[in-house]
Amino acid sequence: MSLSNFLMITPNPVASGVIWFVIISIVLYIARAHAHQGILAASRTVRNALRLSAHSVMLLVNRLHQRNKEVLLNQGREAAERIIEREFERVDATVRRDLAEYPALHRLLSEEITKIDEDYKESIDVPPAPPGWVKAVEAVAKIPTTKGDPMVGNVLEDIHQSLIKANTKATEEYRKASHQRHQLLTNMMPHWRRLRQLLTQVDKNINSLLQRSTTIDRHMDEFEGIIHQTDRAARMLSSSSLTQFFISLFVLAIAVGGAVINFHLIARPLSEMVGGTSYIMGFQMNNIAAMVIILVELAMGLFLMESMRITRLFPVIGALNDKTRQRMVWTFFSILFFLAMVEAGLAFMREILMEEDAATRAILRGDSVAKEAAQGSYLWITTAAQMGMGFVLPFALMFVAIPLETFVHSLRTVLGVVMVGLLRMLAWSLRFLGNIARYTGDTLVHGYDLIIFAPLWIERMVKGAKQGEVKKKEKKNVDSMHFGGAA
Amino acid sequence: MAKNISKIILLASMLILFGCSREEVPHTRGVYMLMDTSGTYTKELEQAQRVINFILSNLNPGDSFAVARVDTGSFSEKDIIAKVQFEDRPSRANQQKRIFRDKIDKFVKNVKGSAYTDITGGMLQAIEWLNEARTGHNTILIFSDLKEDLKKGFVRDIPLQLSGFSVVALNVTKLRSDNIDPREYLNRLAAWQERVEAGGGTWQVVNDLERLESVLTF
Repeated sequence: MSLSNFLMITPNPVASGVIWFVIISIVLYIARAHAHQGILAASRTVRNALRLSAHSVMLLVNRLHQRNKEVLLNQGREAAERIIEREFERVDATVRRDLAEYPALHRLLSEEITKIDEDYKESIDVPPAPPGWVKAVEAVAKIPTTKGDPMVGNVLEDIHQSLIKANTKATEEYRKASHQRHQLLTNMMPHWRRLRQLLTQVDKNINSLLQRSTTIDRHMDEFEGIIHQTDRAARMLSSSSLTQFFISLFVLAIAVGGAVINFHLIARPLSEMVGGTSYIMGFQMNNIAAMVIILVELAMGLFLMESMRITRLFPVIGALNDKTRQRMVWTFFSILFFLAMVEAGLAFMREILMEEDAATRAILRGDSVAKEAAQGSYLWITTAAQMGMGFVLPFALMFVAIPLETFVHSLRTVLGVVMVGLLRMLAWSLRFLGNIARYTGDTLVHGYDLIIFAPLWIERMVKGAKQGEVKKKEKKNVDSMHFGGAA
Repeated sequence: MAKNISKIILLASMLILFGCSREEVPHTRGVYMLMDTSGTYTKELEQAQRVINFILSNLNPGDSFAVARVDTGSFSEKDIIAKVQFEDRPSRANQQKRIFRDKIDKFVKNVKGSAYTDITGGMLQAIEWLNEARTGHNTILIFSDLKEDLKKGFVRDIPLQLSGFSVVALNVTKLRSDNIDPREYLNRLAAWQERVEAGGGTWQVVNDLERLESVLTF
């Protein structure tokens, strides 16, 4: 008995369908309450599970966010400490330098002031003393004169002449003295200028210190913000970290370009040393050797920068005493210099090989022009350029340590931010799915009721009729009570 | 701890050695060129010289190259005009290329035509030489009209073991009889193709030597 035979209750398929619909409607109507409960319980279960998961994810997000903040603030604190330390070192250097010069400066200023003081004292204007015999002249002048006495007239004339002479002499002397005083005042000018220069220098030093102190104040404010773990400080550090990440990424990309050029510069000539036909893990031996040389250069550059305390990727190196560190600086620099020389030599070898290759190809093609071109006199330019690049690139790659350090430090923050973003998205998706589950349950319930619309309609009709009868009875009772009361 | 370190070092060295030995063979190339020197085909040898120079300029250190003549009995080392396995050092490989070229030039200048054409013997010699060279990618170039003309008594009905070999027929000139009945030419090519493919090799024909560069991708 097949399923179609089972379904065909009557020979007429429509009639069978109607019968089955009625049967199913009745069955579903009977099971309605339980079915509704089941559907809603299932949707609630899914929804709650998803919401719980979303909640857990959000807790994880909060923990991660908190951890990111801690890391960020720690990094920021370390960076701020370094900056403040550097600023204090600069202030210290300035103060040491200027204060060391201060006794000399003081002496210079004192000397200049003493000279000015002496010159000033010498330039005081002293009025000329009246000659001592003026009183004698006065006495002579008081002698009573007799008219027509030529003797007295002559004496007075002589006195007059003597007075004029004395006056002229006194005036000349006064002028001479004034001239000397003016000369002294003129001589004071360079001292004043010197004094002004010295004071300007002092002012400049003081201003520099004041500027440094302002910078330190600013950094100290930031540092305090970081210490107090304020949101503003965290936001600033996060933003700064993202900027640093992209900048360092850009610089690293440039460095990778430099490394690739360097690789091509030395890979071919290395086949003269290690051979070009051996392979390790599918890579040509000379390529591996070139890569190793570049990586060793990078490592040396990293250690050199570390020893110079420019970067702080390896705390062990930074913690070494100054003498050992200095020795390491020279060691790493020597190795780097040696490798740069090797690279320059390899670059030279590359040019020779290329020329030889070109010449061989030209001979094989029978191309005399190309053969001459391959041995052209201008080729020394490319040789020199390649050698120069071979020598400079290792030193240029040395500075990769700086963006690398920034990249490593900012990568932690960026990864944290990305993880928080992804987890938030996951939490949102879980909540969204939870809501979908909830409303799917409601929709299924409504769908269920839609299938059994006929029994439900009958139920409503029956209930409506019953309620109508009850209302009629109630109305009748109320009316009888009203009429009874009125009577 | 020291035991563990020694184990790691041993493992790493084995890995490197394994890497070296496993990968060395497939990256080298071997080319064996057969030059037909029979009858009027000797006039075509200048073309062959150009092909040889082209191949020389494209081969790298570590590759092997041999040029042999096809004459009455070609299954012989004596028929190899020049052979070389390029050294690891590119500068030395360049010198070898120049010496090789000089040898071919000398041969082309003094070549004398042979009475018979034993291509199969040359093929057998090529297979043997390339197998001994242990190169990764093997190519046999046949610079001939592919008309085999064996001396009486020579047995050449031998299946060729060409698994992993590429066989390229170059400058397959049409004979006078081919012009009268082109089926002869087509049948000749088809017969060689069938023979090569039956031996497990791949077959290709290049008549326009201008296209050589695009066809012979070494």
